[in-house]
Amino acid sequence: MPAHLKVVALVGFMLVVVATPREWFAAYAFFLAVLVTVGAVARVRPGWVLKRMVVETPFVVFALLMPFIAQGPRVDVLGLSLSESGLLSAWGLLAKGTLGVIAGLLLAATTTPQELVRGLERLRMPEQLVQIMAFMVRYLEVVTDEMRRMAVARASRGFEARNPLHWPVLARSVGALFIRSFERGERVHLAMVSRGYTGRMPR
Amino acid sequence: MTTPVLDVRGLAFAYPDGHQALFGVDLHVHRGERVALLGPNGAGKTTLVLHLNGIHLAGAGSVTVSGLPVTKANIKEIRRRVGIVFQDPDDQLFMGTVREDVAFGPANLGLRGSALDAKVTEALAKVGMEDFADRPPHHLSFGQRRRVAVATVLAMDPEILVLDEPSSNLDPASRRELADILRDLDVTVLMVTHDLPYALELCDRSVILDGGIVAAEGRTVDVLSNADLMCAHRLELPFGFDPVAAAATL
Repeated sequence: MPAHLKVVALVGFMLVVVATPREWFAAYAFFLAVLVTVGAVARVRPGWVLKRMVVETPFVVFALLMPFIAQGPRVDVLGLSLSESGLLSAWGLLAKGTLGVIAGLLLAATTTPQELVRGLERLRMPEQLVQIMAFMVRYLEVVTDEMRRMAVARASRGFEARNPLHWPVLARSVGALFIRSFERGERVHLAMVSRGYTGRMPR
Repeated sequence: MTTPVLDVRGLAFAYPDGHQALFGVDLHVHRGERVALLGPNGAGKTTLVLHLNGIHLAGAGSVTVSGLPVTKANIKEIRRRVGIVFQDPDDQLFMGTVREDVAFGPANLGLRGSALDAKVTEALAKVGMEDFADRPPHHLSFGQRRRVAVATVLAMDPEILVLDEPSSNLDPASRRELADILRDLDVTVLMVTHDLPYALELCDRSVILDGGIVAAEGRTVDVLSNADLMCAHRLELPFGFDPVAAAATL
């Protein structure tokens, strides 16, 4: 399936999920079923998705807190006095958030970053933004590689970041990395200009 | 004699901060020649290279490519005629796949559709990388990336190929493979290098740039075997390398 259709489907799906009242429990079961079907058809391994759902953790913590701190009528669950509206809000946040994360992960699992960038381009995203994203995708690995090499070089000279006293060293490393990336940006631009680049990608 | 592909006359250039890098460079490269540009670090080699396709414009003197002067008005045609392969392939290869990267230059020249595809395939075949067209550049080995970088420039049908340190960071096998490719290309080459055996292997003629001027030029074997000249310009042969004996095996 072309990447731009997937992006449109994802955004559409999320709008529907967010707009669905949280009391319609059956609707959420249906949404989950849709995602599971998509995942099964695309042969995405459930483990792959589950492992990456860790990004949702902060929301889960917040959702778990809500029944305790929210106001209004209270109910007793397992001997704990919880707020009714808090429970409902927590359910809504958790359900919508989880569906969103799963849907996003399904897109990530079935689409390479390059395809995604091209899909956004077909959706008429402004050319400059698309170019910036494409460069980010391309150079992320180069920059992280550089970062890793700098860390190895630091460690080889006996450096270990154990406490805040060591932070200035890390800050300087980040600074150096920024300057190196900036200079690389200039060299890339030079190489592009040398091949006739005038500010627009040829198409 | 015919019009040289590259004709640099009295080229002088100072950076905006006042640092003068070139003090009147004269350099000619004729069609079909392979010329090595040698010189110590800071001699002005990179500055000179950036004049050849109009990234820098001459402060004094002139640069002419096959009769066409390097000026703002001619910049597009100049950049087609002069193909520069930069030292770090990661600077040169920035698209998602090898194919797109090789297509970038010719597409900027207005090539589209099947003509563009054919050009890309042809350029990749010249460097033996046609099987890697759909791979992302950062998944290739360093030597493969260097070869693709050469292809990105060959795809523009340049009249002269300018290589900045082509053998740097290559393992010996990749270095030799690149030499084989360069030798088989039917194109004029100017090669900036510190790798003197490589210069001897590939280039009949060498030019020494030092202190912003052309300090010497001649047959590569003569330049490399002139110990006084070499020493005066901080050039050193690898341990045990005898240029005369090596040249005899070519």
